[in-house]
Amino acid sequence: MCCYPKGAALRQPCYRSSPVLSVQNLAVARGGATVLAGLSFDVPAGEALILRGPNGVGKTTLLRTLAGLQGAVSGHFECPADEGAYASHADAVKSALTVEENLQFWADIYGNAVPDMVWDQFDIRDLQTRIAGTLSAGQKRRLGLARLGVIKRKVLFLDEPTVSLDGFSVRLFADYLRDQHLAQGGIAIIATHVDLDLAATTLELEPFTATDHQTDTGDEAFL
Amino acid sequence: MIALLHRDLLLATRAGGGFGLGLVFFLIVVVLVPFGVGPETAILSRIAPGILWVAALLAALLSLDRIFALDHEDGSLSLLATAPIPLEAVAVIKAAAHWLTTGVPLAIAAPVLGVLLHLDPSAFGFVVVTLLLGTPALSVIGTFGAALTVGIRRGGLLLSLIVLPLYVPTLIFGAEAVRRGVDGQDTATPLLMLGGITAGAVALLPFATAAVLRMNLR
Repeated sequence: MCCYPKGAALRQPCYRSSPVLSVQNLAVARGGATVLAGLSFDVPAGEALILRGPNGVGKTTLLRTLAGLQGAVSGHFECPADEGAYASHADAVKSALTVEENLQFWADIYGNAVPDMVWDQFDIRDLQTRIAGTLSAGQKRRLGLARLGVIKRKVLFLDEPTVSLDGFSVRLFADYLRDQHLAQGGIAIIATHVDLDLAATTLELEPFTATDHQTDTGDEAFL
Repeated sequence: MIALLHRDLLLATRAGGGFGLGLVFFLIVVVLVPFGVGPETAILSRIAPGILWVAALLAALLSLDRIFALDHEDGSLSLLATAPIPLEAVAVIKAAAHWLTTGVPLAIAAPVLGVLLHLDPSAFGFVVVTLLLGTPALSVIGTFGAALTVGIRRGGLLLSLIVLPLYVPTLIFGAEAVRRGVDGQDTATPLLMLGGITAGAVALLPFATAAVLRMNLR
């Protein structure tokens, strides 16, 4: 059971062993305005949920809320403790470090070793000793995604994971999600505009757009 | 957590990390002072402790905005916030990395630069000790300021304005301890005050830093 009142703590105080995400009547806000409301869905083990909707509908906001980076306006969601991982638009790649050092850092933070198959799963074996600053945008993206294979979290919140990837890399990433992550009982919530060819439920976010936009009128008191 | 410290030290010493920047700035400020004040050794050696302390303070300020800004830009900060280490620990590690890459080198370089200011040789030890004792507070307070201004474009100037007044107590007691040491007076009180400020800052500010980061990441 984990409820997220407004301004809840960043780290997820959820205690459940089953890797199932359950969202009930959730409302999320960005910049003080509620963007999505009345969201309810369940994601059982081994399944992916694709979030769709036009720009600005609140896909990133929803993912950040679920990842525990911001509090929900109302409603609540349940997620397994310390099993979530968030991947944003940004790759979180340090350009002064080598590809290997970048991955090793995240492995150390999560107390894992870098599994050898990660190099092939994300097609970065040839780049291992390259300084990350010299990588192309697509190669950086692959390195950023390879972090997911290193930290081994069951619940992935992916925000536009395929940006700047070519067709081959998109298939490679979809293969990883399907054959490794989901096959091992993980779940993934993915905001994307491309077809990942996954057996996934699609959630259209537009019908959940909040009508009452102004929730935080604190600033107006001073105007 | 060691991994984060290791990474930050590595980043600081790699190209573009700005490791030598603070040190060179410290050197330049100290070299400039005799040009401005004039070459009288009596005056220089009198003001040397104060100059060294002010210069060290400004040099420490120089690299503060890199503490969180770079991690925020490339998205690492959000990922660190969702990683299985508490943000308080991230704040402590970030401050420790800043201290190791600026505070310690400054303390070691200070007596060498003291020669340029005709610093009394008996003060060398006091300069090193007070800087080693005081610079952790500069790093911790600076990390708090960096967390406050994370996400603000060109937040560096704002950061200086926030942080510099908070540096005043450390500066007062640091410079006072050196001055008393040179004059042969009792240095226990300013040294204890200096250590107390550092201990208090190290104990309390990481919690404030983490809280501010949580708000800024929202």
